[in-house]
Amino acid sequence: MSVSQERKRLHPHKFTMWVALASIVMMFAGLTSAYIVKKANSQWIEFELPTVFWYSTLTIILSSVTMHLSIKSFKAREMSRYRALLGLTTLLGIAFVVLQFIGFGKIEEGGMPLFGYDSNPSASFVGIIFGLHGLHVLGGVIALIILFLRAYIGNRKVYSSTGIEIMGTYWHFVDLLWVYLFIFLNWM
Amino acid sequence: MDHKMIAKQFLITGMVWAIIGGLMSVLFRFQLGYPEAEFHWMKDLLGKWVNDKGQITAESYYSLVTIHGTVLVFFVLTAGLSGTFANLLIPLQVGARDMASPMLNMLSYWFFLAASLVMLSSIFVETGPFSGGWTAYPPLSALASAQPGSGVGMDLWLIAMALFVVSSLLGGLNYIATILNMRTKGMSMTRMPLTIWALFFTAILGVLSFPVLLSGFILLIFDRNFGTSFYLSDIFIATNNVGALPNEGGNAVLYQHLFWFLGHPEVYIIILPAMGMVSEVMAVNSRKPIFGYMAMIGSLFAITVLAFLVWAHHMFVTGLNPFLGSIFVLLTLLIAVPSAIKVFNWLTTIWRGSIRFTPGMLFAIGFVSLFISGGLTGIWLGNSALDIHLHDTYFVIAHFHIVMGVAGMFGMFCGIYHWYPKMYGRYMNNTMGYIHFWVTMIGAYLIFWPMHYEGLAGMPRRYYDYSQWESFKQFIELNKFISLVAMIVFAVQLLFLFNFFYSIFKGRRVRSQNPWGATTLEWTTPINPGHGNWVGEIPEVHRWAYDYGKDGQEFIPQTTPVGANETNHH
Ligand code: HEM
Ligand SMILES: [Cu+2]
Repeated sequence: MSVSQERKRLHPHKFTMWVALASIVMMFAGLTSAYIVKKANSQWIEFELPTVFWYSTLTIILSSVTMHLSIKSFKAREMSRYRALLGLTTLLGIAFVVLQFIGFGKIEEGGMPLFGYDSNPSASFVGIIFGLHGLHVLGGVIALIILFLRAYIGNRKVYSSTGIEIMGTYWHFVDLLWVYLFIFLNWM
Repeated sequence: MDHKMIAKQFLITGMVWAIIGGLMSVLFRFQLGYPEAEFHWMKDLLGKWVNDKGQITAESYYSLVTIHGTVLVFFVLTAGLSGTFANLLIPLQVGARDMASPMLNMLSYWFFLAASLVMLSSIFVETGPFSGGWTAYPPLSALASAQPGSGVGMDLWLIAMALFVVSSLLGGLNYIATILNMRTKGMSMTRMPLTIWALFFTAILGVLSFPVLLSGFILLIFDRNFGTSFYLSDIFIATNNVGALPNEGGNAVLYQHLFWFLGHPEVYIIILPAMGMVSEVMAVNSRKPIFGYMAMIGSLFAITVLAFLVWAHHMFVTGLNPFLGSIFVLLTLLIAVPSAIKVFNWLTTIWRGSIRFTPGMLFAIGFVSLFISGGLTGIWLGNSALDIHLHDTYFVIAHFHIVMGVAGMFGMFCGIYHWYPKMYGRYMNNTMGYIHFWVTMIGAYLIFWPMHYEGLAGMPRRYYDYSQWESFKQFIELNKFISLVAMIVFAVQLLFLFNFFYSIFKGRRVRSQNPWGATTLEWTTPINPGHGNWVGEIPEVHRWAYDYGKDGQEFIPQTTPVGANETNHH
């Protein structure tokens, strides 16, 4: 086996995505470490995360499943199934972001403003960490919409699954990241 | 979008910043050397930055040191150094036609340019640029009313730095992907030149540490604009009549943790590419294989890992738990081990070599000298007990300017002189190069060596005027001297600039494909390589990058197949 064959195994763009994910992990590792440091201070007010976040957890896990199935259909060249599942994933992604906003509202209703002078860092952290994660999901949703439109409008047939696989990797990643963040903020 | 073009864009932008940042240091050295003097001509030149007596105002002094530090660390020695040489050398030395993603690469430059423009504009706003130091500690960075520069100036500083972080991340992703995925046939990892290894570890450091800085900045932005209390506590600012802030329980030390988790790796982001280029240039110009190739890679790796584990040595006096402190002392001093290995290997490489003292080689040797001098003072500072005395004094200024500032610039000069023929198809002028080297080398030591004594005597950094203290009166003449040398050294950099631009048009033409007699792939391309680098097939690699003086041959290019009777190496 020649060296060049060996190297072709992982597409450079796929690889780039993996390194980018490591980078995003570091960003959230920074924030959650800051959370731990800050929590040790006085004036930290504990509060429970509203139950809405359980629903958003369910939604995003479901969207990972549909994402997975849509890639499978793409590889099997079942294009209408692929498009339907991709669309469903997009909708679930949007639903997740909406649910997050509802969750933020519930926290504020519970007397814990996220930002502003009467806010407590415990709530501000939730706002920033979940908010930043939400932005990453939103970025994914935009990419999904582009893929979706391309599947409909594009008159050029696409056979390479690299693009959609990279999308899948990213999507499962934001899902996993959410599960980590949710566990972290619920039980830390 | 060609990688060689993007490299030049990074280089030129970095050079513009080096001039601006260098000029700033000349200005604040005026103030430090001649606090009593009245330079009325400066008033005409700089307007509101100078008071009616012809002295730089205190506010502008702080702005100058802040922007000087920021742009030299990030824009010159990170973007200008890694950006230039990663883009130029990675595809050429691993045997690729371009980067893994030329698109990301171009974006990386545009983000850097945007960051540059925003930072530049902050210098011209009415209230002046940010003035709370390059580390941007709260509360000066978090409270818009803390200082004139803490308002709009700081907003622009943060925007510029956020753009810069994005640029670094995009660049880093691409460098890693290219090195791991785009190598030509036969170029196994252990056949790569050390430049590539160094740039590889640099990119890893950047990709894993810059996001944490971004997290720190995000919290800072919320403290500034949205009333949160991550860093701001209920402090009282009487001078500005702000009164007690409504914030509660903020923790400024938290910012320091987040900042230095990047900040320490950042110093290695600066020095590793320089180390890589120095290794390469030393082997080529000693006509000897690099000594301890695998040890060089191992020590780069060790430095990369340790770089993430020592950040708190910048925080020994923040009230850090002394036990925790002692762990950070241990980890910090451990860095001396891989550093010493590298120094040993460089010295052994040039030992008894038939050295060609080109300007590039001189800067490489100068780099090693500076790295030794500055590394030794690092060991002083790494002791938490000694650091109580030395922290925030001129000793620290001396340490990091020698080991990072000047050494980093030397790495950059070394790279520019050596790869200039590849970039422009011409040579730079040697005589000017020698003058540039010797004045800079001697000047740098004359500027920074005495600062150790000032620091040991307790002279703090970041003061506007030391002449008010009886205990520092002894340094009045010394400070004048340092300022004078600083101006001379700055003037010599102008000679370098002249040489650089003059040689683009008028330099001696390169006539041979491989002017230095080097083994690496960039010298198998045409003298002026076009898009795609190689005409026809990309060459195949058969050996490591350091077959100099092997079996009686002066050098054997990496593309030469291993002969039947050849003693095997790699
Ligand atoms: C044996 C190696 C080294 C050791 C043990 C060491 C240790 C230290 C320590 C303890 C400090 C904090 C001093 C203080 O603020 O009180 C410091 C500051 C610094 N070091 Fe080093 N250092 C080493 C090498 C380096 C290298 C190789 C670089 C850069 C390439 C570097 C760049 C810096 C910078 C930029 C600062 C000051 C930052 C600031 O406060 O503005 N050091 N060093
Ligand atoms: Cu450090």
